[in-house]
Amino acid sequence: MRVAAPTAKPHVAARTEQIILFRISGQPFAVSSASVQEIRSVDSLAGVATEIDLPTLRKVRHVVRRGGKTLYIVSGAAHFGLPASAAGLVFVLRKTRTGLLVDGIDKMATMTRLQALPLAYCREERTWYRGLTALDQNVIPVVNPEGFLSADEFALLDASLVPEAVPLELAGEGMELPE
Amino acid sequence: MTPSVESTSQSFVLLRLGERRFAVAAVQISELVAPSRIFRFPHRTPKLEGVILRRGRIVPVCDVAEKLLGRMLTSRRFYLIAVRHYGDKSEWVALPVTGDCELIAAEMTNAGEADAPHVAGWISHNGEVIEVLNLDALTPGAEDAVGSKTPVVVLEVRP
Repeated sequence: MRVAAPTAKPHVAARTEQIILFRISGQPFAVSSASVQEIRSVDSLAGVATEIDLPTLRKVRHVVRRGGKTLYIVSGAAHFGLPASAAGLVFVLRKTRTGLLVDGIDKMATMTRLQALPLAYCREERTWYRGLTALDQNVIPVVNPEGFLSADEFALLDASLVPEAVPLELAGEGMELPE
Repeated sequence: MTPSVESTSQSFVLLRLGERRFAVAAVQISELVAPSRIFRFPHRTPKLEGVILRRGRIVPVCDVAEKLLGRMLTSRRFYLIAVRHYGDKSEWVALPVTGDCELIAAEMTNAGEADAPHVAGWISHNGEVIEVLNLDALTPGAEDAVGSKTPVVVLEVRP
């Protein structure tokens, strides 16, 4: 017995999108490569990152200065509530003052369809993800680069900084990605 | 309040969860499918296990057993794919069930004020009184959001 499927949403003009498949605590995620300004090794942060300790925001433990602006380093594992893991890379995200700690990169891929997160998902994950994509018989959540820190959290972090506490500039040792 | 009785018979799908049977209006059911791989990713919505891929669509799997039986299902035989309404939108949800489903015709007695929100009504079948489920109240949606925020604008990209 079958009834008609719910009405499909209209689609905008056809296009594809390059994505980076990466892992946090073994969990696969994807992010648009256009959202990633630079990929650095965690080791490159040693000496330039300043510790930050906000009991209400444990996912941010480090801050670095970069190009005159402050970059908050978010633990992907803490953000998504995953078991702690040894992060190997940090994604410097475009258009947001966020660096994301990840275990490593699986590969680059082309996303041909981004499906909206089902409406049954109704909590913070609606901010975390742009949607889901099916790739090689897997379903991968595509993260929203602006979903790691809210405006309130940025304000809290900014207010917690002592101006001279982050004096060093992050030197250019990472891999710059084209916009 | 005296519950009113529908004068015409409707079609229902009977589903089994453990030892109990429940009914869902047949018009809300899309299909019954064998269990397939569940893809899990971090989220905060209760009752959602993950998603399955079905005919190119990503369908959330919602375990309603805990709410209906007070415990999670330890085994499952099928997913009942049903249509869930979210305001003027509708989407599929997959409900794990533990036994065969059956299509019957019955007259439904509407739920009373004392019934839980997830009870749409009651039907009688083979001497058994069976709850008709209101999936819109049983499965999570925007009304379950905590400090709900503006949904992320999602682009659809296609080749």
